Amino acid sequence: MKARITVTLKPSVLDPQGKAIEGALGSLGFAGVGSVRQGKVFDIELSGSDRAAAETQLKAMSEKLLANTVVENYRVEILDNHA
Amino acid sequence: MKSAVVVFPGSNREHDAARALRLATGQEAAIVWHGDTSLPSGTDIVVLPGGFSYGDYLRCGAIAGRSPIMDAVKAHADRGGLVLGICNGFQILCEAGLLPGVLMRNKEKRFVCKVTNLKVERNDTPFTRAYDRGQVLAIPCAHGEGNYQADAETLARLEGEGLVAFRYCAPDGSIDAGWNHNGSLNAIAGIYSPKLNVLGMMPHPENHVDPAVGPTDGLALFKSLSMVLENA
Repeated sequence: MKARITVTLKPSVLDPQGKAIEGALGSLGFAGVGSVRQGKVFDIELSGSDRAAAETQLKAMSEKLLANTVVENYRVEILDNHA
Repeated sequence: MKSAVVVFPGSNREHDAARALRLATGQEAAIVWHGDTSLPSGTDIVVLPGGFSYGDYLRCGAIAGRSPIMDAVKAHADRGGLVLGICNGFQILCEAGLLPGVLMRNKEKRFVCKVTNLKVERNDTPFTRAYDRGQVLAIPCAHGEGNYQADAETLARLEGEGLVAFRYCAPDGSIDAGWNHNGSLNAIAGIYSPKLNVLGMMPHPENHVDPAVGPTDGLALFKSLSMVLENA
């Protein structure tokens, strides 16, 4: 089973990297960029096929290590695996 | 006094911390590997040194904060044992949940390596009794992620309970945004746990302990620790 965890900074948290990227996009001539926020994506392969158990496990991983919930939000997705 | 300095993969200031402890106490610190599950018996103070544990992967201090040794460090802190985290050590303490908040990327996005002025907020703690209250110290900083952030409730609690240890300040001790080089909330450079036995700070007191290399404002922090333990 494939899963993806997306970690983003909470809206209230200043993101200097996002700001720098925003500035770079502007200087490259991309008009109309309102704001950029940088985040992280974790693609995780899990053994087993129990979706509910996987979601529980992925949330635990996010809480315990992948996200710092003081400043970050996370989103867990199970990706359909046709492979 | 028995001290232990924990080494994580990527720590690089462990020998400086051990040297400061030796100069202040006359005793050698034990060097403890992060993969160990216990501290040497009778350890009074644990130091988490500066560096770049795990190359700052994921988040600064995130992986080190979940190392096997950290359960023993938490148990030591829960017993009232002294813990000092410097720079990356402060980041590790926050990631491990021993201190609240988080150290974010510096406001100006630059790695800052310079001597900063630090105001001693209180001198009735195990880490600061050899200082005067309000004293201004010259202590070097060297970090890219030292911008202390916490939610409003946490910040109010830190301020209300007197848990701010040091603030970045002007040479005269006034708190001025121009001297807050990394953008930390309330110019916070270091904080205590509620029982005042855990201190995390971004600046490096271990850099300023020997007159051969300049000011010695950092030495009194390590001397404070030895005073506490001699009187225990």
